[in-house]
Amino acid sequence: MGKLELKNLTLKLGGKNIVENISINFREGDIHAIVGPNGAGKSTLAQIIMGLPDYRDIEGEILFDGKPITGLTIDKRAKLGITLAWQEPARFQGVSVRSFLLAAARDKTEETVDLALKMVGLAPELYKDRAVDETLSGGERKRIELASIIAMRPKLVLMDEPDSGVDIEAINNIFSVIHKLKEEGTTVILITHSAEVLKEADHAFLLCRGKLVKKGSVEEMVCIFNGTYKTCECLAQPEAEAIL
Amino acid sequence: MNDRKLIDELLASISIHKHYPEGTAHVEIHGNRVIGVCLVDGLTVDSIEMKEGIGVTLRVAKGVKIKNPVHLCFGMIPETGVQRIEMKTVIEDDASVGFIAHCTFPNARKIDHIMQADITIGNNAWYSYMERHIHGDFGGIRVIPKAKVTLLEHARFVTEFELLKGRVGEIDIDYETVCGAHSVMEMKSRISGRGDDRIKIREAAVLKGEYSKGLLASNIALKDHASAEIYNDLRAEGAYAHGHVDCNEIVLGNAVAKAVPIVQVSNPKAHVTHEAAIGSVDSKQLQTLMSRGLCEEEAVDLILQGMLSQKN
Ligand SMILES: Nc1ncnc2c1ncn2[C@@H]1O[C@H](COP(=O)(O)OP(=O)(O)O)[C@@H](O)[C@H]1O
Ligand SMILES: [Mg+2]
Repeated sequence: MGKLELKNLTLKLGGKNIVENISINFREGDIHAIVGPNGAGKSTLAQIIMGLPDYRDIEGEILFDGKPITGLTIDKRAKLGITLAWQEPARFQGVSVRSFLLAAARDKTEETVDLALKMVGLAPELYKDRAVDETLSGGERKRIELASIIAMRPKLVLMDEPDSGVDIEAINNIFSVIHKLKEEGTTVILITHSAEVLKEADHAFLLCRGKLVKKGSVEEMVCIFNGTYKTCECLAQPEAEAIL
Repeated sequence: MNDRKLIDELLASISIHKHYPEGTAHVEIHGNRVIGVCLVDGLTVDSIEMKEGIGVTLRVAKGVKIKNPVHLCFGMIPETGVQRIEMKTVIEDDASVGFIAHCTFPNARKIDHIMQADITIGNNAWYSYMERHIHGDFGGIRVIPKAKVTLLEHARFVTEFELLKGRVGEIDIDYETVCGAHSVMEMKSRISGRGDDRIKIREAAVLKGEYSKGLLASNIALKDHASAEIYNDLRAEGAYAHGHVDCNEIVLGNAVAKAVPIVQVSNPKAHVTHEAAIGSVDSKQLQTLMSRGLCEEEAVDLILQGMLSQKN
C-alpha cells in the first residue's frame, strides 16, 4: 500500500481531459518526481491531490493512508497531513512572516518559527517582522513558503516547480530541505520540468498530455530529458502505454 | 459614579489599567464633561460647557515639541446618551505633537458620538492624530466625526482612524483638508464592519500650495450585511503637488462596498494617482492557508487582519 494512491484519475475541464486515467502508487518516505513538458498536466495533478475547488470534479479515486479523500476539502486534507508548495506562492498584505509561519505551525512557538526560517537560510531576526508581500523577492517568498511547510511538519508535501524563480544558492538550500523532510519521514512529490530537480528524486513518473507515459528510475528519466522529451510523443502512443 | 471611577472604567475599556508614563499629558472626557486633565508645558486645554455638548480648545504653543503622545479619551460608560464635542485644535508654528484619541463606548446600545473639529497646523508644525475606537458588541452607536483641517506651509499632518474592535454601528466620517505649500498630509482609515454596520467615509483634500503632498487611504473589511461607501476627493491645484488615493475593500457574505474616487488636477505640473481594489478574499491566499490546515474562517480572519493592519 502506498502513502498516496491515485486510481484511474481523470479530470475534464472545458470538455478536454486535462488528466487522463492516471494510476500511481506513491511509496511512503520516498522523494518522487512528476516530470513532463509544459502543459503536461503536472500542476493540475498536484491541485487535484490537494483538493482545490476547481479540481474536485474528478473520476477515479484518491487514497491517503488507504482511506479515500476524494470528498474532502483542502483544509481537511491538510489536517490529514497533505500540503502543497505553490509554484508561485501567494502574497499576503500586512501579514507578517511570523504570523504566516505560526498559522501553519504544528507547534505554535517562536522557536518553531526561528528554526524553520534558519532551515531555509533566512535570518529570523531580519525576516520575522516583515510582511509576506511584494517587498519580498520571488525567491524569498518561495523560501518562506517552504519554511511554513517545515513548521507544519506534513506527512506528504507536493512541491510545484520548487526551483522556479530562485537563485543557484537558494536551490541548493531547497534541495537540502527536501532531503531533511525525507529524513523526518515526509513523503515528497516534486513537480518539475527541470532535470536538476529530477536528480534529487528516488524515482520518477513522466506525464505527457495528461497521461502517465512512463515510470522508472531517475537515470532513465534523465535520458529522456536529455532528448528534451523527443520520445514523449511516441511514448504517448497506445503501443507505448502497453509497455508500462 | 464619581469621576475617579468613571476615569478608571474608561481606561479599563481601552486596556490601560496602569497610569500613563511620567510626563505624558492626557485628557478624559465622559459624555459632555471633562473629567480628567493632565498637561505638560506648552499644551493648554480650555473647555466650555455648551447648551448641547462641550467646546474644547487644544493649543500647542509656538515652537513647543511635545515628546510623548498626548492621550485623549472620549467615551461613555452608560448604554445610552449623546456626546457632542466641538474641538478646536491649534498647533502653532514650529510646534510638534502627536495625539492618540481613544473613543470608547463599551456598553453602547444607543449612543451618538458627534465630533466637530477645526484644526489649524502652523507653518513648519507637525501634528499626528491617531483615533482608535472601541465599541461594544451591540452596534447601537452612531459616530459622526467631521473635521476641517488647514495645513500652513511646510506643515505635516498624519491622521489614522481605526475601528477594529466591537461593532461599528453607524459611522459617518467627513474630513476636509486644505494643504499649503510644501505641506504633507496623510489620512488613513482602517475599519472592520459586520452585522448591519453602515460605514460612510468622505475624505476630501485640496493640495493648494506648490509641492504639497497628500495621501488618502482606506482599508475596509465587511462581513454579513455591512455596507460601506467611501468618497475620496483629492484635488491638486499647486504646482508640483502630488496626491494619491488608495482604497482597499474586502467584502464577504452579503456585504456591499462602494468606492467613489474623485481626482482632479488643475495645474499641469501637479500629479494625482488612484488605486481601488474591491472584492472578496483572494482565492489563492485562502487556499494557501487552508492547505496549511486552517479552516476557511481562520484563513479569512488572518487575511482580513493583515489587510487591516496595513500601514500603507
Ligand atoms: N482551469 C482550466 N481550464 C481549462 N484548461 C486548463 C485549466 N487549468 C489548466 N488547464 C490546461 O491543462 C493543461 C495542463 O496544465 P498544467 O497542469 O498547468 O501543466 P503543467 O503544470 O504540466 O505545465 C494545460 O494545457 C492547461 O492549459
Ligand atoms: Mg505547472
